[in-house]
Amino acid sequence: MEELIQKLKEEIIEVLNLEEMEPGDIDPDAPLFGEGLGLDSIDALELIVLLEKNYGIKIEDPKDGRKIFFTLRTMAEYITEHQK
Amino acid sequence: MTRIVVTGMGMITAIGKDTGENLESLKTRRHGVGSIKLLDTIHKDELLAAEIRFTNDELAAISGITDGERYTRTSLLGLIAASQAYESGIGKYGDTDNTRTTVVSTTTVGGMDKTEQYYRDFLESSKYSHFVYTHDCSDSTRQISDHLGIRHLNSTLSTACSSSINAILIGAKMIKHGLADRVIAGGTDALSKFTLNGFNTLMILDKGHCRPFDASRTGLNLGEGAAYIVLESEAAAKKDNKKIYCEINGYANANDAYHQTASSPDGYGPYLAMKEALDISGLKPSQIDYINAHGTGTDNNDLTEGLAIEKIFAPDIPPVSSTKPYTGHTLAAAGVIDVIFSILSIQQQLIFPNLNFSRKIEELSFEPVRELQQAEIDHVLTNSFGFGGNDSSLVLSKY
Amino acid sequence: MSLVIRKYCAIRDGRIRVDGEAVFSYEGQDGFKKFIRTAYKHFQTDYPKFFKMDNLSKLGFLSVEILLKGEDILKLHPAEKTGIILTNASSSLEIDEKHFESIKDRGQYFPSPSNFVYTLPNIMAGEAAIRHKIKGENTVLINKYFDPELIFILVELAFKSKSLSCCICGWVEQYENNYESLLFMVEKDNNNSAEDIIFEPSNLANIYKRNNEDGRINTKA
Repeated sequence: MEELIQKLKEEIIEVLNLEEMEPGDIDPDAPLFGEGLGLDSIDALELIVLLEKNYGIKIEDPKDGRKIFFTLRTMAEYITEHQK
Repeated sequence: MTRIVVTGMGMITAIGKDTGENLESLKTRRHGVGSIKLLDTIHKDELLAAEIRFTNDELAAISGITDGERYTRTSLLGLIAASQAYESGIGKYGDTDNTRTTVVSTTTVGGMDKTEQYYRDFLESSKYSHFVYTHDCSDSTRQISDHLGIRHLNSTLSTACSSSINAILIGAKMIKHGLADRVIAGGTDALSKFTLNGFNTLMILDKGHCRPFDASRTGLNLGEGAAYIVLESEAAAKKDNKKIYCEINGYANANDAYHQTASSPDGYGPYLAMKEALDISGLKPSQIDYINAHGTGTDNNDLTEGLAIEKIFAPDIPPVSSTKPYTGHTLAAAGVIDVIFSILSIQQQLIFPNLNFSRKIEELSFEPVRELQQAEIDHVLTNSFGFGGNDSSLVLSKY
Repeated sequence: MSLVIRKYCAIRDGRIRVDGEAVFSYEGQDGFKKFIRTAYKHFQTDYPKFFKMDNLSKLGFLSVEILLKGEDILKLHPAEKTGIILTNASSSLEIDEKHFESIKDRGQYFPSPSNFVYTLPNIMAGEAAIRHKIKGENTVLINKYFDPELIFILVELAFKSKSLSCCICGWVEQYENNYESLLFMVEKDNNNSAEDIIFEPSNLANIYKRNNEDGRINTKA
């Protein structure tokens, strides 16, 4: 799990162009959206693409993103459960 | 004060290749949304669209040009609609028009359809290299101007889905301030893989038929089409004894300044555009008889547009409907298509139904018009909102 | 009604000038991306969303940012009466190509939603509007070259018929490593300053021309 979280940190920084961020800056248990990283709805869509591209997981309803991407940890848990 | 009137109009959409056919479809609930047949896309079987069921060769035949293979689909659609507008408002086209007639056209995809088809060929041979030049957004405007014989200014603008309302806005201003005698204003957009895939990644395409203002709505259907209107000053139109379809009574553009794609939660930009268009028209909100809404069917648009409508009109909200379930969302052409529908509404004293509606949005107090309605219509407000927070509204009045 | 240019900002060849005075210069020859990033840092702009923008929006955003630096725009003008009217030649071509590349291959089909958003040139105007809370009329026109006449006509019309109080207008062009912007902050003439330049096509043309010449320029002289 911790390994996956570390990997996700790097992937998120890359796909969301969080240039000012280091992996260490992201708290795996802090909310990703809202104040935290300043992410918005487009970033959520970008994370949906990331799940499909890197982990083969397809999300049909963008509303599901809110729960899955609540924190880095919930995202990692979702990947672990759903990866084929 | 120069009054601006509409003296000509023309259109082609998935529900008809001219204004008459469009009107007939609107009256008989015949929509144009269905499975994708002409566009070669991997989404053929999973997504619906409002496709115009003519191949490019057939479109060329309709527009009467012999070398159709030189034109992109966006240009062909534009040519058809613009020449209808020219014929209905100005006369026979094709000879050199030495008057100060201006074309203000809009598109979001430009010649993308041909670029998609021949992108790889561009590198290997010169067979299709003329389509490198038609890729440009402004090239379709040039082709339309050439086709109509227009020698005065032509200009292309692109502000996403509100584009063609902004063309009318700029055209009206040009006449008011003496830069042109008449303006052919409108927009054209062909379906392309570029937009279909793009909107698909934004997850705002409904896999079924779009349901504007319905509680269960999940997105829009893309469409293709083109429409143009002829704008003139009232004095010029009267001097030439022109038939006047309606008056452009108020217009406004504002920026929501909130997010690249989403409207602000209370729809402040849409509110500003509607309010300012009303202010310019000098009409009271209670004088608006019908609102032809932008109503795309996305979660965000319909809610925020609805809230903005309420902020201006509540408690007496005029009849509202979105005609997107008929034509799909035609992007740059959407605004001017809605303008022509609004003009038809004034001419026919009809309110066109908002198809596919069954359940009201909880946060809103009103529901859209479901059935074709006869009504006394003197003033119509129509909206067009685009990505980039670009929001525009027009007030059209019976003349 | 006479309009004046309160301020202008030009970006070209690694140089940024405000009212003809050089305010930043980047000597590196390593292209647009490095240049714009360095310039962003230099002006100590704290706006992480900058890094998410496409290159055209980055150029437009930073041009407006530098133009409005030190001006409290919302104190000077109502948000609803401040407009943005931009022109360029390449529209959003660079990001269009990127989006196009991402959908052409069935096996590698992962179009990016954020790239698609930027395939509209008017998003750069939207980004500047979001940043500065500007809510007036905004338009982007595509034209083959910097056309002082066109910009003048559009902006004058916007002032006349919408009673705009301020308009940020000009040219923001970028495709790969070719980039150039020239923005003007235009206001109604309040006779505040004798140094103000009249907003008219010949002055726009002159400023553009001088900015293309090397060396220090000062049009106020």
